[in-house]
Amino acid sequence: MKSEKTTHTLNGDQNPLLDVVNLSKRFDDVIAVDGIGFSVNKGELYGFLGPNGAGKTTTISMLTGLARPDSGTIRIGGLDCTRNPKAAQHLIGVVPDESNLYPELTGYQNLCFCASLYGVAKQERQLRARKLLDKFGLSEAAERKFSGYSKGMKRKLTIAAGLIHHPAVLFLDEPTTGIDVSSARQIRLLIAELHRRGITIFLTTHYIEEAERLCERIAFIVNGRIVKIDRLDNLLQPVQGINAMSVAVADMPDDLCARLAAAFPHLVFQTVSAEQIRVESVEAIRVGPLVKFIEEQSAEVIEARRIRPSLEDVFVRITGLELDLMKKEKERGGGRP
Amino acid sequence: MKHWIAFWNIMRKDMQAYYLKPPNISWGLIFPIAWTGMFFIRSGSGLDSILTLLPGVIAISVLFGTTSLLSVTVTFEKKNRSFERLLLAPISLKLLMLAKTSGAILFGVVNAFIPIILALFLTDLSQVNWALVVPAIFMIAVASTFLGLFIAVSVSEVFEAQTFSNFFRFPMIFLCGLFFPISALPVFLRPLSYLFPLTYGTDVLHEAIHAQGVLAPGLNLLIIAGFCVVLFYVSVRNVQKTWIV
Repeated sequence: MKSEKTTHTLNGDQNPLLDVVNLSKRFDDVIAVDGIGFSVNKGELYGFLGPNGAGKTTTISMLTGLARPDSGTIRIGGLDCTRNPKAAQHLIGVVPDESNLYPELTGYQNLCFCASLYGVAKQERQLRARKLLDKFGLSEAAERKFSGYSKGMKRKLTIAAGLIHHPAVLFLDEPTTGIDVSSARQIRLLIAELHRRGITIFLTTHYIEEAERLCERIAFIVNGRIVKIDRLDNLLQPVQGINAMSVAVADMPDDLCARLAAAFPHLVFQTVSAEQIRVESVEAIRVGPLVKFIEEQSAEVIEARRIRPSLEDVFVRITGLELDLMKKEKERGGGRP
Repeated sequence: MKHWIAFWNIMRKDMQAYYLKPPNISWGLIFPIAWTGMFFIRSGSGLDSILTLLPGVIAISVLFGTTSLLSVTVTFEKKNRSFERLLLAPISLKLLMLAKTSGAILFGVVNAFIPIILALFLTDLSQVNWALVVPAIFMIAVASTFLGLFIAVSVSEVFEAQTFSNFFRFPMIFLCGLFFPISALPVFLRPLSYLFPLTYGTDVLHEAIHAQGVLAPGLNLLIIAGFCVVLFYVSVRNVQKTWIV
């Protein structure tokens, strides 16, 4: 796995809003973040994609001032905040991976309080709180205590709290983890809309489809190292000419892939699970001979369907991480895209 | 100006959200009143003992009120991660901690006046030197709050904060001259008394209420101020070292 310890990252501006150079962080014997570098342009929705424990939250903590980097530099809006994170905290909004507003306060009070932390005057913060509650569909719950909100409502209000002081850049740490499908979808729509409005967003996620759907540029982080940064279209390019198919098989012999590879040398076979194989080729895949061969091996084809090569394929190719690992992450988190 | 908007709202939010939390009611109000009742009955001197007991009761009310509140406002918020919101705000850590403690200081001052108001109905307080009582209460509240802050930032659970607080609070009831003079303590315990800020605050109250202080009030207040500075800076340093990793 190749690490990119970059200072000037692909497609980054000369004057990026967020510029990170050679950032590292160690906790005792564990290197959480290992010399990462990237830049985020104004108005960009930048994805930071990796499995749990890859270093995403540690990176956000360092960028926002909740953790001290061991080395490297962080510049936000041109301000060097490596040693003095307070210098740029007025420019950032943070939505942590857990909804951490005040359970005793109502939704409206929470937003007003968060605005006051940034010195927003009383009338202005009341106005902004009402507007955000309206925008996020929480007006009816405005006077209810935060402790009584559902998980999805809590996430929405936490995002609203991150926006109340009009930050230049919004950090979203795993915004859809642990919430139901419908709320996750609403939140993704909200993020897309914020992006359309020109808000710079730094999004960490372990949902590959979420990154693919929302982000313009994506960094893959694994074991504290950035292994790839590129625009989404560039990342997808290597898999765009590939035809892929998923075949569900009952009573599958253990060595079916090997037998198939011998019989169809122009195709690439991969066992996905005990009942599923994946077929890839640069040429069109003819289903008939494939099904016939499998059934001759005393197995039964239940389903064969064409699949679109996705960012997940790119991620697996680049990082070498098994598909299963990311799938397990998704299952654990809920709210899958 | 922006910093003061944040300061005022942090203080106001704590007062609004936490003043009437169960730990504050039980430890901050009920417990001191119960202790007072116990000493009142034990003294056997009836209403005459009120003036003698009042300095101790005031001090204990402030001590338990402030330390209980801090364990909620700081430890509880650290536990549920809402304290991170404050650390992310563009205000200095010192100002933030002052804002977090101001509500508790005010709570302590208010607590102190509960036994005073009760005493007003039971005895003659005309000879009390209020010009000394007020600064003494304020300084005891500040010192107790900063002691509570020191405890709150050293633990991760509210119940740990309460337990750790008692490690300081209970010895202070006996060692700081609240209900009987330090001179009545065994000789080997007396030096310990002077390690607690409450000793100096209570001494000012004894002087103000029944003219029986040991040290000069000005010196006592100066020493408490020294305790406050040390406790505050140690607490802020602990937050910097352990919460911003």
